[in-house]
Amino acid sequence: MTTTQPSVSSHSAGRFVGQSVTRREDPRLLTGHGRYVDDVVVPGMLHAAFVRSDLARGRITGIDVGAAREHPGVHAVLTAADLNAGAGPLQPTMFQGAAPPSPCAPVRLLADGDVRFVGDPVAIVVASSRYVAEDACELVEVDYEPLDAIIDPEQALTEADELVHPELGSNVAMAVPTPPDPELDAIFESAAHVVHETFHQHRHTCVPMEARGVVAVYEPSSGELDIWLSTQNPHEARQVCSRLTGVPAHRVRVRAADVGGGFGQKYFLQRDEQVVVAAAHRIGRAVKWIEDRRENLIAANHARADRIAIDVAVDGDGRMLAARLDHLEDCGSYPMGGTGGVGPFVAMLFPGPYRIGRLGFVSTAVWTNTAGRGAYRGPWMLETVAREQMVDVVARAIGMDPLELRRRNVVATTELPFTTAMGMELDHVTPAETLEQAIEIIGYDAFRAEQQRAFVEEGRLLGIGIGLYVEPTSMGSGSLGVETATVRVQPGGTVTVMLGTGSHGQGVETTMAQVVAEHLGVELDDVVVVQGDTATSPFGAGTGGSRTAVVAGGATREASLQVKEKVVEIAAHLLEAAPEDLEVVDGQVSVRGTPSKAVPLTDVARVAYNDPAELPPGVSPSLEATVSYQAPPITWSNACHVCTVEVDSETGLVTVLRYVVSEDCGVMINPMIVEGQISGGVAQGIGGVLYEHLVYDEGGTPLTTTFLDYLLPTATEVPEIEVGHIETRSPTPGGHKGMGEGGAIGSPPAVFNAVADALALRGATVSAQPLTPTRVLDALAET
Amino acid sequence: MGEHRIAVTINGERREGTVEARRTLADFLREDCQLTGTHLGCEHGVCGACTVVLDGDAVRSCLLFAVQADGADIVTIEGLGGPDGSLSPVQEAFRSEHGLQCGFCTPGFVVTVTQLLHENPSPTDAEIREGISGNLCRCTGYQGIVRAVRRAAEAGS
Repeated sequence: MTTTQPSVSSHSAGRFVGQSVTRREDPRLLTGHGRYVDDVVVPGMLHAAFVRSDLARGRITGIDVGAAREHPGVHAVLTAADLNAGAGPLQPTMFQGAAPPSPCAPVRLLADGDVRFVGDPVAIVVASSRYVAEDACELVEVDYEPLDAIIDPEQALTEADELVHPELGSNVAMAVPTPPDPELDAIFESAAHVVHETFHQHRHTCVPMEARGVVAVYEPSSGELDIWLSTQNPHEARQVCSRLTGVPAHRVRVRAADVGGGFGQKYFLQRDEQVVVAAAHRIGRAVKWIEDRRENLIAANHARADRIAIDVAVDGDGRMLAARLDHLEDCGSYPMGGTGGVGPFVAMLFPGPYRIGRLGFVSTAVWTNTAGRGAYRGPWMLETVAREQMVDVVARAIGMDPLELRRRNVVATTELPFTTAMGMELDHVTPAETLEQAIEIIGYDAFRAEQQRAFVEEGRLLGIGIGLYVEPTSMGSGSLGVETATVRVQPGGTVTVMLGTGSHGQGVETTMAQVVAEHLGVELDDVVVVQGDTATSPFGAGTGGSRTAVVAGGATREASLQVKEKVVEIAAHLLEAAPEDLEVVDGQVSVRGTPSKAVPLTDVARVAYNDPAELPPGVSPSLEATVSYQAPPITWSNACHVCTVEVDSETGLVTVLRYVVSEDCGVMINPMIVEGQISGGVAQGIGGVLYEHLVYDEGGTPLTTTFLDYLLPTATEVPEIEVGHIETRSPTPGGHKGMGEGGAIGSPPAVFNAVADALALRGATVSAQPLTPTRVLDALAET
Repeated sequence: MGEHRIAVTINGERREGTVEARRTLADFLREDCQLTGTHLGCEHGVCGACTVVLDGDAVRSCLLFAVQADGADIVTIEGLGGPDGSLSPVQEAFRSEHGLQCGFCTPGFVVTVTQLLHENPSPTDAEIREGISGNLCRCTGYQGIVRAVRRAAEAGS
C-alpha cells in the first residue's frame, strides 16, 4: 500500500486550501464526456492533412497539385504560393517589435522554395474527410533537388558553407561569449582540484497523449474567426491568429476546452496550426486538423538536445569555488517561442542551491535541419542536469561521497537571503532541509552498506543518485508575470471565477475553486471556474512555467477578498451590525460569536442585483471584483530527488528500485494534485534518461516515428514514488510556490547519477544519454 | 470505395451503419455513433487510449476495421457508468486516487482496468502493473492509477 511520507495534509491547511479534495474535472473525463478538440464538430466542417517534406534539406523544383485538386471530395490544396504572401508575422507576441538581432528563425507558413527538415509542411489538403485528405496528399507531387543536411550541432559550427537558413548567413542562432575574467582564472589556478566533464543530453520531448489539433472557422459574412484549439495559452493564440490573418483580435475567439496534456508543447502556437487557421480564413470554411502521432513525433517541437562541458574548481575541503561552462544547444530549424537559445538561463541558474563562488560561461545555439526546439517542462533544466551530474563527478574525482559534497556546499537556511554567483537572490527556500528529508526517507546510509555488500558478495550493481535544485517558478517578465481574475457572485448567490488560464491536467478548475471558497467564505460546490475561452475570460498568459498557483492564485485570492469585503459591507447594513464584527463562512454572513444573527449570501446577492434600493449609501449594485496581480520576477520553490537503481551487468538494463522526492512548494492548495504533478514529472525524467530518444539518421531522416520506436515508460518501469513535504511560505499572496515543472527537472540527474554510481563500482563511467542497455554495456566493456 | 452495412450493439443499444471497408472501428464509434469518449493517442495500437470491450475482450479500436465488428457486442467508456451520470466503482476509484490528470488516456485505462478486474478480481501489485502496461499515461506517472486499481479491487472483494 502506498503511504506518502510524512503526510499529505498541508501544515497551513485551511477549510479548502490545503485539502486534497477530489477534482471536479474528473466525472466528465472518467465517463467519456470530456470535450477535446477532436470532439468538436461544426456543420460543414472540412478536414485537413499535410504534405510534408521527406527530405531534411532540399530545393523544391516543382509542385504539382493538379491530380489532388481533381480528387473527389477535395475542397482545396494550398501551397506556399497560395498562403504565404498574405500571412502576417508568425512569431509569438513576446518577439513582436523585439530589437534586432531577432532570436527567431525566418519562419514561413508553408515551405517556400526549399525544405529545411523532414516534416516541413509543403502543402495542406482540405477535403470532406481526413481519409480523403490523406488520399489526396498522396497525389501531390513535389520534386526536390536534395542538399546536404546539417544534422549534428557540431557540424553546424564547422560546415559554414551549408546553411540551414541561407538568409541568415550563419548556422549560429545565438552566441554568448565570455568576457575575460582574471579573478575566475586565478581561482582555477590555485584550486586544489579542477574537475572536467562533458555531458550530452539527448533529444527527447513532451509527447502529450493528445497530439496537437485545431478547428478553425472563418465566417466571411460576420468577419469572425472562431477557433477551438488544444492549447495551454488561448489568449496568446488569439493574438497570433489575429496578426496572421489580419482579422482584428476582438473578432477572433479561441477556445480550449479539455486539453490532453501539453508539457510546454502547446504553450506557443506552432506552424502547423497557423497553416490550418490561415487555410480556413482563406477558404471561408470550417477546417479541422488533428495531428497524428507520426506528425507529432517529427514535426511538433522537440526538446533538450544539448552538450555542456564543465570545469569545476574545488578546494581541499570539497568546497566548489568556481565553475566554467561551455554550452552548445541544438535549436533545430524552427524553434518555437523563446526556447531556442536557453543558454543564458542555464548559466543564470547553474549555481542552484550551492555556494559556487564564481561562474564563467560560453553558450552557442545553432540551427540544424531537424525539428525545431521548443518548451518542455523546465526548458532551462539543463542547469540542474549539468550541475547535479557534475557534483557526482567531482565527488568521485576527489574521493568524497556525493551526499557529503552536497552538504558542504548547499546554502543553509541561516544564510538566506543568499545571492548566488549569478546574482540570483534565493530566499524562502529549504534546499538543505529537503536534502536531509529525502536521504532520511530513502535510508541513505543503509543503502550504501547494502550496495557494498551486494557488490562484494554477489557482484550486483546497485546505485543511488541525488538531484537537488531550486526552481525559478512563475518566472515572469512582461505578460508572464501577470494574471487577472474576475470573481462574480451571481444573483442567485453562487460564484463564478473567470481566469486567463488553460488547464491541461493540473486541475485548475478545482484548485482555483478552492482558493475562492477559502477566501470568499463559500462552499466549494458553489464555485465554478471559467477559463480557456478568450470570449469569457480576462487576458492572461495561460498555464505553463509553473505559474498558475502563484500568479492566477494571487489574482483569484485578491479578487475573492475584495468581493468578500463588499459582501460584508452590504450584510452589515442589512443586519445593522458593524462590518468588522462579521464573518463569512459557508455562504452565511454572521456576527462573530452570534451565529443566529446572520444573513445568507443569497440574500446579499439578491439585494446587490435586484434590490439596489436596500444597498447601503454609496455602494454600487452587483457583486464582483476584477483584480490583476503582478507577481515578483521569480518565486523560488525547491526539491530534492533521490533514487536507487540496479544495473544488470549481463543485459545492461536499468531498474529503478525506489524513488523519493522531498519538496517545498510553499502552501499547497491541493496536496493530492501537488503529488500528482511531481509523479508525472518524475516519470518523464525516468523515461527521458532511460528510454525516450528522438533519433535522426545521418541524412536527417527521423527513425523514431511511432511509439514502437519512441519508448514511453509504462507502469512496469515507473516505481512507487514517495513524497515528503516541507512547507515554507513564499512572500506572494497565499504563500504558494509553483511546482508543475519540478518533477521533470530533478529526476533526470537523480536517475543518471544513480546509474553512474552503480557503474562506478566497476570503474565504468557514462556522460551521455539515454542510458540504454547498449550504452550501459559499452561503458562496462570499457573497464 | 466499396461500402458495407454493419450492425453492432454498443452499450446495449443496437446501431447500424454504412462504412467503407477501411473505416476504423474507432472512427465509426467516434464519428458515426458520436461516442467521442474513445480517444486516439497513436492510431498504431500502442497507447491503448482507444480500448473498448468487444465480445468480452479488451481490444484496440484503432486496429480494427468497423466491418470486422459487424455483429459484435461492444462496450465503450460511455457504457460503464450509470445513465444518471453516476460513476462505476472503477471510475470512482480513479477519482478518489487521482488516477487521472489531463484525462485523455483515461477512457482506455478505465476500460482496461474494468476488464482486468473482471478477469482477475484480486490482482497482486505486479499483476496490476503488468495488466495496465499496455496503456500509456503521460501525466500521472501511474501512481494514482495503480492505487485506483487496488482500491477498486478492494471495493469489489
